[in-house]
Amino acid sequence: MSEQLVFAMEVTLNGLMAGVLYALVALGFVLIYKASGIFNYAQGVMALFAAMTLVGIMNGQVPFAHLINAIFGGHITHFGWNLPGFAAICLTVGVMVLLAWLVQVLVMRHLVGQEPIILFMATIGLAYFLEGVADLMWGSELKTLDVGLPQGINLWIDETTFQIFDYGFFIDNLDLVATVIAVLLVAGLVIFSQYTKQGRAMRAVADDHQAALSVGISLNFIWVLVWSLAGFVALVAGIVWGTKSGVQFSLSLIALKALPVLMLGGFTSIPGAIVGGLIIGVGEKLFEFLIGPMVGGATENWFAYVLALLFLVFRPQGLFGEKIIERV
Amino acid sequence: MEPEMLDQSAEILTQDGRTIGGVVMEMKHITLRFGGVEAIKNISFDIREGEIRAIIGPNGAGKSSMLNVISGFYVPQEGEVWFHGKKRKPLRPYEVARQGIARTFQNIALFEGMSVLDNVMTGRLNHMSANLFQQAFWKGRAEAEEVENREKVEEIIDFLEIQAIRKTPVARLPYGLKKRVELARALAAEPKLLLLDEPMAGMNVEEKEDMSRFILDVNDEFGTTIALIEHDMGVVMDLSDRVVVMDYGKKIGDGTPDEVRSNQEVIDAYLGVAHD
Repeated sequence: MSEQLVFAMEVTLNGLMAGVLYALVALGFVLIYKASGIFNYAQGVMALFAAMTLVGIMNGQVPFAHLINAIFGGHITHFGWNLPGFAAICLTVGVMVLLAWLVQVLVMRHLVGQEPIILFMATIGLAYFLEGVADLMWGSELKTLDVGLPQGINLWIDETTFQIFDYGFFIDNLDLVATVIAVLLVAGLVIFSQYTKQGRAMRAVADDHQAALSVGISLNFIWVLVWSLAGFVALVAGIVWGTKSGVQFSLSLIALKALPVLMLGGFTSIPGAIVGGLIIGVGEKLFEFLIGPMVGGATENWFAYVLALLFLVFRPQGLFGEKIIERV
Repeated sequence: MEPEMLDQSAEILTQDGRTIGGVVMEMKHITLRFGGVEAIKNISFDIREGEIRAIIGPNGAGKSSMLNVISGFYVPQEGEVWFHGKKRKPLRPYEVARQGIARTFQNIALFEGMSVLDNVMTGRLNHMSANLFQQAFWKGRAEAEEVENREKVEEIIDFLEIQAIRKTPVARLPYGLKKRVELARALAAEPKLLLLDEPMAGMNVEEKEDMSRFILDVNDEFGTTIALIEHDMGVVMDLSDRVVVMDYGKKIGDGTPDEVRSNQEVIDAYLGVAHD
């Protein structure tokens, strides 16, 4: 087998793994958009906030320490404990649910029935507010996140591929774990939305508010639920990305990578988010590998957006989105 | 004490010789305003167990507003709603639904993206009490509940003769069938009171006859108490046990179809005689 082809295989595999990470972020957008028609600009910041909260809780950091010290003149920074990853994750889930409830009660409930653009603006406000709060709560320095996910080259794949192709593939363990997590997450979400009462209610609310009310569904409850789920997905994305590249403010920019994924997959489709993520992941890696050298490289920075642009022109509803029909 | 207060819980005989039960719901002096417009002006009436109660009147009489008051979509500025002998606090629509009051809408409010079966299943949401994990893993109460809910839903689907379209997405159905699916969803909740907002609007004669038959059968078979709004006088008179007539937000008649039919004010309202 030619050397080029083996390289291409490795690149494709790595692309698939990267795609899974993009899909993780895109999922959060799809969840909220499907259930409430809101494009949640704050999704990326929610991932950042979740990751920072997780690190803070694990390290026993005192939230708002700077603020407290400035007002009361102390210099407390830590409670002096270290929590194991699992316990900290459970607590962080609690924080994300609380955040969801606050968002619904303080912001979204007052905007029911407004134009989508108004709701979108509200989430932009939310994004900046949350970024500020995260900074104030946990401080802005770069933190490392280690909840015990394995990292580094997977030796088994390296050796096996070396025996077959005479060339060992470099696949990161973290990417493999992320793939498993993403599969579990999607399976969980599908089971939840198809087979549980709350899931059914969620789909009902997404479809028709009046009808949902008439069968006894509380819209407020469902929206808190949806924001909680999005918060949970943000936490998962935050853990994986945070472990990969550290918890820092640029983490919130992963949301930008989710945008082309959504354009491809459609804003309303969970499978779409997955497939869209994979296509973008593989596409940008292969493009860089094949075309990159001809144009001087760094194509990964723009490939996804150009692809999204092409989709906007030729298939605006995405691969799996609901077909847009203009009725006249 | 007013004489009618005495027979609140007593059964009464309708003009067709049917027996209907005591008062289930009582509206007392309801007034509803939108800004300066009074949509409902000081109206009182009751709904008795097991009856088909119609609210009729010309366009803009306030019928739909009245239905929306009963189902909690509107909160009246004045007056009281009594349900099962208790005064009702102002409730949200979903809380009203959870008390056992199901409804359909004049303009149809179905979950267009779901199948007929899923739509009808949403009517059972308040009959599910298993927790999330029981449901997700199909354990404990969840399984028994799901089986029971499925049975009930299939019974209703059979009853309304929509077996053939069980799996069809609702968006693809014609208007008449959508109305029937909406009725099925409301029935699936096993409501104590079923509210129908113009169930025959926009239907052809054949569809109207079908719908009338279903309404009568539902009332007969399940003993469901039904309150319906309609402006087709003919259909209503054949269907209902008792009729409230509204015009310009006021109640102008209340009684059996025969009584209402011979009421001069009602005749005037429908024939368009000028009020003076």
